[in-house]
Amino acid sequence: MSRITECFNNLKSQGRKALIPYVTAGDPEPKVTLPLMHALVESGADIIELGIPFSDPMADGPVIQLACERALLHGTRLVDVLDMVAEFRKTNQTTPVVLMGYLNPIEVMGYSAFADKAKAVGLDGVLTVDLPPEEAGEFNQLMKASDIDVIYLLAPTTEEARIKQICAAGSGYVYYVSVKGVTGSASLNVAEVADKLEIIRRHTDMPVGVGFGIRDDASARAISEVADGVIVGSVLVNKIAELAGNQEQIPGAVAAITASMRQAMDK
Amino acid sequence: MPTKEDLAIAKQMPDAGGHFGQFGGRYVSETLMAALQQLEQTYEKLWRDPQFQAEFDHDLAHYVGRPSPLYHAERLSRELGGAQIYLKREDLNHTGAHKVNNTIGQALLAKFTGKPRVSAETGAGQHGVATATVAARLGLECTVYMGEEDIRRQALNVYRMKLLGAEVVSVTSGTRTLKDAMNEAMRDWVTNVDNTFYIIGTAAGPHPYPKLVRDFQSIIGREARQQCLAQTGKLPDALVACVGGGSNAIGLFHPFIEDADVRMIGVEAGGYGIETGQHAAPLSSHCRPGVLHGNRTCLMSDEGGQVIGTHSVSAGLDYPGVGPEHSYLQEIGRAEYTAINDDEALHAFRHLTLTEGIMPALESSHAVAEAMKMAPTMGKDQIILVNLSGRGDKDIHTVAEIDGINF
Repeated sequence: MSRITECFNNLKSQGRKALIPYVTAGDPEPKVTLPLMHALVESGADIIELGIPFSDPMADGPVIQLACERALLHGTRLVDVLDMVAEFRKTNQTTPVVLMGYLNPIEVMGYSAFADKAKAVGLDGVLTVDLPPEEAGEFNQLMKASDIDVIYLLAPTTEEARIKQICAAGSGYVYYVSVKGVTGSASLNVAEVADKLEIIRRHTDMPVGVGFGIRDDASARAISEVADGVIVGSVLVNKIAELAGNQEQIPGAVAAITASMRQAMDK
Repeated sequence: MPTKEDLAIAKQMPDAGGHFGQFGGRYVSETLMAALQQLEQTYEKLWRDPQFQAEFDHDLAHYVGRPSPLYHAERLSRELGGAQIYLKREDLNHTGAHKVNNTIGQALLAKFTGKPRVSAETGAGQHGVATATVAARLGLECTVYMGEEDIRRQALNVYRMKLLGAEVVSVTSGTRTLKDAMNEAMRDWVTNVDNTFYIIGTAAGPHPYPKLVRDFQSIIGREARQQCLAQTGKLPDALVACVGGGSNAIGLFHPFIEDADVRMIGVEAGGYGIETGQHAAPLSSHCRPGVLHGNRTCLMSDEGGQVIGTHSVSAGLDYPGVGPEHSYLQEIGRAEYTAINDDEALHAFRHLTLTEGIMPALESSHAVAEAMKMAPTMGKDQIILVNLSGRGDKDIHTVAEIDGINF
């Protein structure tokens, strides 16, 4: 059983939902990421989504665009991100880590080389925004051979037949993008999300995480009532941006946000 | 050399998934998948629909002014002392470039699908103008994304778009040029996918865009082939066209793919020179396959997969990728790709203006420069057919600035 599946199973037996924070690796500087990851876990994060910085983040709003620019300014490459996972694993063997980003850095490294390294460093899953299952045949095979879960996105525009197809291709969990838009955009409509999740669950037993538009305790709690996982990104990355000049404060300040969400979700 | 069978296969590309060999495809976020599938179905149906075809042909004839002439540049050819240079005069189209062939087609698709709003990215502004033009005509709301740096370089076209009723959004992320404008246009589309038709300006992007843009632009090659036969009694020896994303080049090349004796030469922007790294020549520098803007293609990216900033004097060629069909045609050896530097393009701009009284766009000047290099090495009975993809009025400010003239 993968670390991700085990994590969701444990939560389910406790009647709790997963809190899944996203931060961009290397933002604002590479040295901040590792302490930040540990602080997130201490604050109650169940899975960490670590963003691979990319020069052209087409599905992201300004907040994560700027995070990518800050990380790239300090030369954070995919190999460095994998090293961060390796460092994290030295002291934490239980919290799943998922890399999230765009295909090109992985494409240039080579799928096979990436799969080998990912396995070696103890990575659990990968989510490439611009790699739909139609194009992912070889990629999926190599990841599965390395026991890396491939996590796919579902969108409000995804029709039922396609939901079925995507859920069949993925493993670990599926990520439901709750709004039509880029990361950090409009706020979500919980009732609409609940309706869509009902359809998704007809086609998969996998846990469903919901992201895009969750920005505070109330929205985290509301989504935790309908989803298996609550994915929160831009509001954390915004805090990192605010504190770019006081980097030692970043882990504590960001973890304070997730701790508060955790409390709201567990109430 | 590809065999006759290879070329027959090449002519039929892409496959059902939009692949040209290992290139092309549909690499986008899930939110856009449904819209792309719908676009593909609509396009495949309408492209074969006689009513759609009739409307498209009618607009090309009476609104764009097609067919565009094929002009024998006799003085230039005589002076160079070699091959005869013929210019396909896309610069004489309404709005001054080949871009309008495609926007007419895509606007018709928007009309048939009932979307009230269109969006576009633009580099030099020619595609933005062509989009704003068809939007004005059909009464569609229009938003054009343009890099801040290009807005500065192409102020005239920005004002034209505004006069045509379009909103021009300045893009300040990344390198502030065409690729960033395309990122922003895709973000707009993800957000407004229900009511917006995204009019991509080049033969790139996710499937079916590379195919449909090529099909709309292929009018260039179909006309040129007939005109060359009619005027000279034979096919040209070589086709030459500039390549940024590559829509004018693929439009010229595609109808000639199976004419194995006709060389196809795509001319990329060499910028300050390939050896300086400051260029926009992903094919002729070294093809590193990558994924950007929805397709797999030759892409200028670094060892870590980050897209590299490009440089060209011409905003329309200043793009790190290239349409996937060009990557494919290079890989199978059907088309050749080379680069022309900024200074060579500027020289060609001035030279064609002085010898033929035709002022080419800086983009098209790259193709002219390559033809000027090739002609003296060829016989007087040979023919080079150059796609003069746009007119140079929009570049007068850029050239004047280089001359130290401030209006």
